[in-house]
Amino acid sequence: MASVEFKGLKKYFQDVHAVDGVDIEIKDGEFLVLLGPSGSGKTTLMRLCAGLEKPTEGEIIIDNNVVNDLPPRERGIAMVFQSYALYPHKTVFKNIAFPLIVERLDKREIRKKVEWASGLLGIGHLLDRLPSQISGGEKQRVAIARALVRKPKVLLMDEPLSNLDAKVRNSARVELKKFQKEIGVTTCYVTHDQAEAMGLGDRIAVMHEGRVRQIGIPEEIYHEPADMFVAGFVGVPPMNFIDHDGVVMGFRPEAFLPAELMNDEELMKFRITVERAENLGSYKLVYGAIGEARVIANLSPRYLIRDGEDYDFAVRARDVRYFDKKSGKRIKK
Amino acid sequence: MKIKHLLERENVLAGLLLLPVVTYIVLFIGFPFVMSFLYSISNVTIGNPEFKIVGMRNFVDLLEDNTFQQSLVNTFIFTSVSVGLVLILAQVLAELLMREFKGKWLVRFLIMLPWTAPIALGTIGFLWFMDSVFSPFDWLLRTMGLLGKPGALLGASSNLYWLGRPGLAMASVILVHVWRLLPLATVILLAGMNSIPKEIVEAAQVDGAGYFRRLFHINLPLLLPVTAVTVLFSVFFTFTDMTVVWVLTKGGPPPHATQVLASLAFLKSIQGGDLAQGAAVAIFFFPVLAGIAALVLRLAKKSVVT
Amino acid sequence: MLKKILSRTGFYGILSVFILLSATPFYIMLITMFKRSHDLFSPDNNPFIFNEPPTLEHMRLLFTQTQYTTFLLNTLFVGLAVVAITIILAVPAAFSLARIAGRWGEGLGIGIFLTYLVPPTLLFIPLSRIVSLLGLQNSLWSLVLIYPTFTVPFCTWLLMSFFKSIPKEIEEQAMIDGCSRLGAFNRVILPLSIPGIVTVIVFAFTLVANEYIYALAFIQDSAQKTIGIGLTTELVRGDVFYWGALMGGALLASIPVALLYTVFLDRIISGLTVGTMKH
Repeated sequence: MASVEFKGLKKYFQDVHAVDGVDIEIKDGEFLVLLGPSGSGKTTLMRLCAGLEKPTEGEIIIDNNVVNDLPPRERGIAMVFQSYALYPHKTVFKNIAFPLIVERLDKREIRKKVEWASGLLGIGHLLDRLPSQISGGEKQRVAIARALVRKPKVLLMDEPLSNLDAKVRNSARVELKKFQKEIGVTTCYVTHDQAEAMGLGDRIAVMHEGRVRQIGIPEEIYHEPADMFVAGFVGVPPMNFIDHDGVVMGFRPEAFLPAELMNDEELMKFRITVERAENLGSYKLVYGAIGEARVIANLSPRYLIRDGEDYDFAVRARDVRYFDKKSGKRIKK
Repeated sequence: MKIKHLLERENVLAGLLLLPVVTYIVLFIGFPFVMSFLYSISNVTIGNPEFKIVGMRNFVDLLEDNTFQQSLVNTFIFTSVSVGLVLILAQVLAELLMREFKGKWLVRFLIMLPWTAPIALGTIGFLWFMDSVFSPFDWLLRTMGLLGKPGALLGASSNLYWLGRPGLAMASVILVHVWRLLPLATVILLAGMNSIPKEIVEAAQVDGAGYFRRLFHINLPLLLPVTAVTVLFSVFFTFTDMTVVWVLTKGGPPPHATQVLASLAFLKSIQGGDLAQGAAVAIFFFPVLAGIAALVLRLAKKSVVT
Repeated sequence: MLKKILSRTGFYGILSVFILLSATPFYIMLITMFKRSHDLFSPDNNPFIFNEPPTLEHMRLLFTQTQYTTFLLNTLFVGLAVVAITIILAVPAAFSLARIAGRWGEGLGIGIFLTYLVPPTLLFIPLSRIVSLLGLQNSLWSLVLIYPTFTVPFCTWLLMSFFKSIPKEIEEQAMIDGCSRLGAFNRVILPLSIPGIVTVIVFAFTLVANEYIYALAFIQDSAQKTIGIGLTTELVRGDVFYWGALMGGALLASIPVALLYTVFLDRIISGLTVGTMKH
């Protein structure tokens, strides 16, 4: 088990600044999620950590050692790719055993460890199959088993759930978190799915254009976003933004309700012209406009909203966040 | 730095792995390539090891030489006619082979034989096929009454001297080239046709495009790169070929009815001993080859961008 | 309905014409090699069938009174040696170009492929000089030395495209799992590339079997000749062609090469055109 630190890390590909100055400390045993849209640099950052790319500037420190000059195999890391990268010509057993075979462990040791890892992930019955003969979810578990079998210091995961069916994805996510807590390996996890990030991360680092916009626990990221990018990226549907008095006001759709439902706290009232209301079963999304600005509200399906009509909606003052119009940064009142 | 870690450095490793191939190519292709140019402006012969630069004299001599002129013309005629015929026939054959039918593997084997059989060996078959006395083709024509009788369509003599009469000999060389190249061109085109995504064709059908409109607006444009590859390779193999001519006619019938640049170069240098003249003849390949190289580069650039 | 019948007969009709055109010369070779000389050299006899019972006399001549077997063995020897050299040179180079060399890898790969366009009919003159300077005149080793000039460029290109088709992530995974770059190549890439490598081996062999001009230029000694040269120069005594043996010899040597080539054809073509077709 080890800590990981990125110090002033930069990676330039010609004139593309994939990673543009990143400082992160991952604590021993922590599950850190790198969250961001494609092109934000999160995968590049992970690959730098793995040693698959060389940094242009900066340091990568694993377990208090600077590893910049070490090849991947000497960094004590394990990685799970989005495609799982299982060796197609080897059985599941041989796949999981591969790192141990390379290390030249003795056959009995190998068998013990493979059985431990496969047992942990519930794939003990698949050991003789080939990757082409197992399902996507099973492939993912094999990849994880292979990663864990030599008890790495750091576990890196690059969007390992995105190739799974939506149904399987949820349960896989829950299991993964449970699992990581049990084993306690320091984990760095890349995703573009903000729900996944919120559900899995001990902390989340939101990245955009090669920089970390904010790093913190999920609640912080969600309720106290550092700038408009973080505020707009995290949360589905996204935060509403309205120009008001020279600044940008932001409030979440679930905080934006019909005025009559709100108690008399400090409220900000708005008149919304409803374009369309979508009844999605367990909740209702209302799409409308306040003046020129388009907004979305997220309310209980029981409330009746008619298309084309005007309604009085309100937000609690303490649910509103303010952002600087030019820089997008959060203004604390 | 440890040797192991040195090998991890990508550039070092890449360089080392490439070194043998690059060295070999420089030594046995690059160097001789330059030598050809040097030879062509020199007076080197097999017997006399002395080397003297004589400027453009070889080229001037060649350009005034009838044999050379004929070889040059022949080379262009053979290439253009062969490639033209092959392109048309290959389109037809590729269309046919798109369909599924029983025994396809056998049909493919038979159709590929002219290309997959080594060039000299296949051409040997044609020696017999076109023999001046025993040609099976002549026999067929005689049996059909087109030959060997007074008033017959192709004449009263019992044989068409396929390899003995200049015009027929040229046609024979072209025939063998077409025969050989057709399978290659067909499979390349076929591969291209099969790579057109079905959805695009189906979308066009749904949009109401008929066969010919689809052919001109979708199939042919998408097949352009593959067709270009086919043309390039066909031209290359025909233009620089010496084997078919040499085995079939050795450049004859006399004096030089089917001589081509490659066979002339061989004649002058290895048989005649005049390395310099032979090299000069071969240099005339260069413009066409450079043109092909440029086209290949263009194609390759296009595909990298796509 | 009529249209369907017509189109189907039309289809098979045209197809048969093509098959006939391609295969007839070989059919004739097959018949000729077993035809009695008397049958063979009677111009009025049907050359497409056996008018007299078949004979093995030509085959006996071919195998006992000519150096045919020597020619075959020579070609086999050169083939195997050249294939070995080609693989040794081309595999590392192709791997380097496909994976490591990055952007200039693409350019260098194309450059190497372009050297294939420098034809033997241009290079044979200086090369014959080099060969005699090295004392390899008249020896099969001259061919072993020079043949890779046309097998290596093409095969490097083919191998490059085969290596590229293996996902980069599998290699990276192997490096994370503990292999060095070369280790990843040996343990993972190479086993997965075996179909591609076999294809290249077959293709290189067919290139060797096809070669004519270098063999003709470098070798005069009949015992050192390869199959193409040997058949065309040695089975003619004066003005007399030993047709039966000639046809038999040509056909027998063609068929194995043709079979191998046909089996691997699809892979070869896909490796060849992968750079020019959209994927």
